[in-house]
Amino acid sequence: MKPRVLLENKQLEVTLTRLCYQLIEVHNDFSNTVIIGLQPRGIYLAHRIQKLLEGILKKKVNCGDLDITFYRDDFRKKELIPNRTNIDFIIEDKNVILVDDVLFTGRTIRAGLDAMLAFGRPNDVELLVLVDRRFSRHVPIQAKYIGLVIDSIQTQNVKVEWTETDKKDRVTLIDK
Amino acid sequence: MSNLSVNHLLGIKYITKNDIQLILDTATNFKEVLNRPIKKVPSLRDLTVANLFFENSTRTRLSFELAQKRLSADVVNFSASSSSVKKGETLIDTVNNILAMKVDMVVMRHSSAGAAEFLSKKVNAKIVNAGDGAHEHPTQALLDAFSMREKLGDLKGKKIAIVGDILHSRVALSNIFCLQKMGAEVKVCGPTTLIPKYIESLGVKVETDLRKTLEWCDVANMLRIQLERQDIKFFPSIREYTMLYGLDKTLLDSLSKKIIIMHPGPINRGVEITSDVADSDQSIILDQVENGVAVRMAVMFLLAGRQ
Repeated sequence: MKPRVLLENKQLEVTLTRLCYQLIEVHNDFSNTVIIGLQPRGIYLAHRIQKLLEGILKKKVNCGDLDITFYRDDFRKKELIPNRTNIDFIIEDKNVILVDDVLFTGRTIRAGLDAMLAFGRPNDVELLVLVDRRFSRHVPIQAKYIGLVIDSIQTQNVKVEWTETDKKDRVTLIDK
Repeated sequence: MSNLSVNHLLGIKYITKNDIQLILDTATNFKEVLNRPIKKVPSLRDLTVANLFFENSTRTRLSFELAQKRLSADVVNFSASSSSVKKGETLIDTVNNILAMKVDMVVMRHSSAGAAEFLSKKVNAKIVNAGDGAHEHPTQALLDAFSMREKLGDLKGKKIAIVGDILHSRVALSNIFCLQKMGAEVKVCGPTTLIPKYIESLGVKVETDLRKTLEWCDVANMLRIQLERQDIKFFPSIREYTMLYGLDKTLLDSLSKKIIIMHPGPINRGVEITSDVADSDQSIILDQVENGVAVRMAVMFLLAGRQ
């Protein structure tokens, strides 16, 4: 089957802007809130959200990258290469927004929660994802802010592309 | 370049340049972990590691144990002096008995060259060589390379001198293999009695003049005189050795460029280097120790990742 485009360019821009305003609704001026993107693919979304928020709020918003390789439960089932962790602020007593591109089984987010605790005890943790593949969860984890909810089956893949690495902004549904 | 090409770390001779790079890159990630408020990750929580030290060690053993604990592995320790080895048990029997208690990985130091390789063929566990006789000490070479790379960047074309007791040193041999695979030039320097006869066949240069060597190199790795392995006299006296091959501040300051000083420890202060050199800002001896934990974490993490 041909890949189906779920979000592209303008549409994606609108979705991201909506997510930003939803965040501002809860977190006001982000004075006690930080964003953490999950490596490897969540960081592009996190930095995009950061830039949009900074544009709207006219102030600096903290955003870090978190690698979760060492915390995964499927380590040794497949080959995993660690990425850089770069969190140069304190998350103790902060509100943290974890960001990833696709929420599928929820295992990545579970590992992300574990990994984040090595940097302190946050006050409140929320999850933001661009695509939520519902009905496919292995662990009881739900996102608070969702760009797009889709119904998909195991044999399908959601591919999120960013201009930073793939030359275009696009979300597609592909049959494996 | 996604996984190691070997199941055991027996020596640098047996691994590829890609393996070395993968280990060093992974160690960079672990170094960052070690600087977090909580320095522990759960990667190896389902594994049990046995540290079998048939020969004395402080740094290596502590470093391995700390690395295992930071990876959440269960650790059992063993030292020959307080065990049934004294009663005449063979190496394989000792290890098989330990493995019968369901141990997944063995870190071993032994006074016989090839002990780790021998074991890897006989028992069903991942083996990490923590030093076998005067043969290899791979994790030391890896942490040396990591420390050099941290200071100098890519090691390709860099000039590294290894000074001292080359003949009895497993650190020297592992370092030579590792540095050459990374593309660095290696020169060994020491009294001719302490330089192995055919060392040039490995592609290293030999020099007996310390000053010339130091003028040539970017990094000088000063080795310890291993008196415990010397059953005959290789030089007339320690004092004479220090006069000719000891590095002091006057010599270091008289060089035309600033070189980096390394030492695998334990230091004989006043023999191979003086205290003011060991504690100077050109010395990265304590960085080496710090990096040792990260490098050993990377080695065990990557070996455990192989099915």
